[in-house]
Amino acid sequence: MKVTPEIVKHIAHLARLEFSPEELEKFRQQMEELLSYFTKISELDTEGVPPTSGVLPLFNVMREDELGPTLARDEALKNAPDQDSVFFKIPTILEE
Amino acid sequence: MIFRPAFEILREIRERKISSSELVRATLGWAHSVEEKLHAFLTLEDEGALRRAEEIDRRLSKGEEMGPLAGLPVAVKDNICTKGVRTTCGSRILENFLPPYNATVVEKLEKAGAVIIGKTNCDEFAMGSSTENSAFLKTANPWDLRRVPGGSSGGSAASVSAYQAHLSLGSDTGGSVRQPASFCGLFGIKPTYGRVSRYGLVAFASSLDQIGAFARNVRDLALITEVISGHDPKDSTSLPEPVPFYSRELEVPPDRLRVGVPWDLLQEGLDSEVKEAFYKALKVLENSGFPIEEVSLPHASYGLPTYYLIAPAEASANLARYDGIRFGLRAGDKKDLISLYKETRGQGFGAEVKRRIMLGTFALSLGYRDAFYVKAQKVRTLIREDFERALRKVDLIALPTAPTLPFQMGEKVQDPLSMYMSDLYTIPISLAGLPAISVPTALEKGLPVGMQIVGPVLSESLIFRVSYLFEQKSGMHDLKPPILEDYCA
Repeated sequence: MKVTPEIVKHIAHLARLEFSPEELEKFRQQMEELLSYFTKISELDTEGVPPTSGVLPLFNVMREDELGPTLARDEALKNAPDQDSVFFKIPTILEE
Repeated sequence: MIFRPAFEILREIRERKISSSELVRATLGWAHSVEEKLHAFLTLEDEGALRRAEEIDRRLSKGEEMGPLAGLPVAVKDNICTKGVRTTCGSRILENFLPPYNATVVEKLEKAGAVIIGKTNCDEFAMGSSTENSAFLKTANPWDLRRVPGGSSGGSAASVSAYQAHLSLGSDTGGSVRQPASFCGLFGIKPTYGRVSRYGLVAFASSLDQIGAFARNVRDLALITEVISGHDPKDSTSLPEPVPFYSRELEVPPDRLRVGVPWDLLQEGLDSEVKEAFYKALKVLENSGFPIEEVSLPHASYGLPTYYLIAPAEASANLARYDGIRFGLRAGDKKDLISLYKETRGQGFGAEVKRRIMLGTFALSLGYRDAFYVKAQKVRTLIREDFERALRKVDLIALPTAPTLPFQMGEKVQDPLSMYMSDLYTIPISLAGLPAISVPTALEKGLPVGMQIVGPVLSESLIFRVSYLFEQKSGMHDLKPPILEDYCA
């Protein structure tokens, strides 16, 4: 399986990861090696086999819509890198 | 007293022959001195633990009815949330994270009277098989300090093996409790998927993650497992079935059980010492009246690629939450939002975590999803069906836990694929969601070797009883690694 620098750059963007050019090349090589090994599964015939997304028998878990305790605002904001005691703060996203 | 089994010590605390404060003080003193060489803990909570022990002693002296772990020192893996106590997951991105709530297992431990003494080192976000991917420390193996303790729950395993705690919690996604149990000479359980609540366990691969435990003997392991198991409304994948008292059923001898061995899976990559130990362990089972049969798991050898597509795919989604906004590290806070995300994640995550996010994002991306992710989910079905078929023919499956003895630090860290191979025999069981206990069976070249005992869904009681019988016959329990001699001499 061939992994091009363009694929790695595209995937890194989708995954929101910043890489130096050297790191990018190292990851390209490793992804190529790993994905080539992983394509081993393509030799199996899975025609008509349903995919497994979880091992438990599927069922909907419902509960009554009742009010319960929730996290206090200051508790929820406590671990934020930047906040003004009401909101999380982020860089400007809208121009004036 | 720190060298005695938990079940004995607990009785003496209840009878007030010894106090929890004495025990916790002695344990912490010992833990700190061994820590210079071992590095099993990211946080040791001396003050909090002593306060808690004193409270338990006070309540016992008033004659209060206390839980089954009252006064016992327990260590918890650092990817399990502890309210107000730093929980890093071995990652820079959570270096200063103070959870505002407890994981359900932590609530259950506290209700049972356990004293949590600290948080143990692990591979970053539980991704790894040697604990070398921790951003903070390299944990040593108490049996040979140049070797790894296994991973990702390496700190939890090393701490119990070196008697720094009586019991510990870990998490197992593809083998992260069983493989370090094998490397450190311990009993380690990965319960049935859904048996233990995952609420407050920092998510890695949600369809596979399961909290498990380590102990130096089966009775202790059964005790902590029955405490942490059970339904939790906060985890919609937790099972509603009632939890048996595993520790009270241990002596009920299992009926004549057929034990299956998947020889076809063991063709690949099995070291001669591990094979030798496995043959000897099978003899012990055979001499206990369990006929050994061959079973076929024709798709299990595809477990590794299947797992390394599914788990990273789920991880890439789960780890999207580390965006530098609501908690954790933030880097590059000058430009636009996208560069903030990218720089935060680029600086905050280590190489293995990035590798898995990249693999997972690739496996889910447009044009590759069907050939990689969906294909792997279909192969997972075939692997599950293999186990279902095999477990109709036999009652249990036995196989080695890891294909090799504990390896040297640095030996595999540059070669991801050879590291991934450590989980060759644990991964198929995770994909099938089955319960398994790794039991120590032998010392080869002075290093511990483990065997997995695997049963059908919710057969914990059965695999505990078989492990107990094996422990009694083999005498392999409460093992003393060489690190103890260095300090006791």
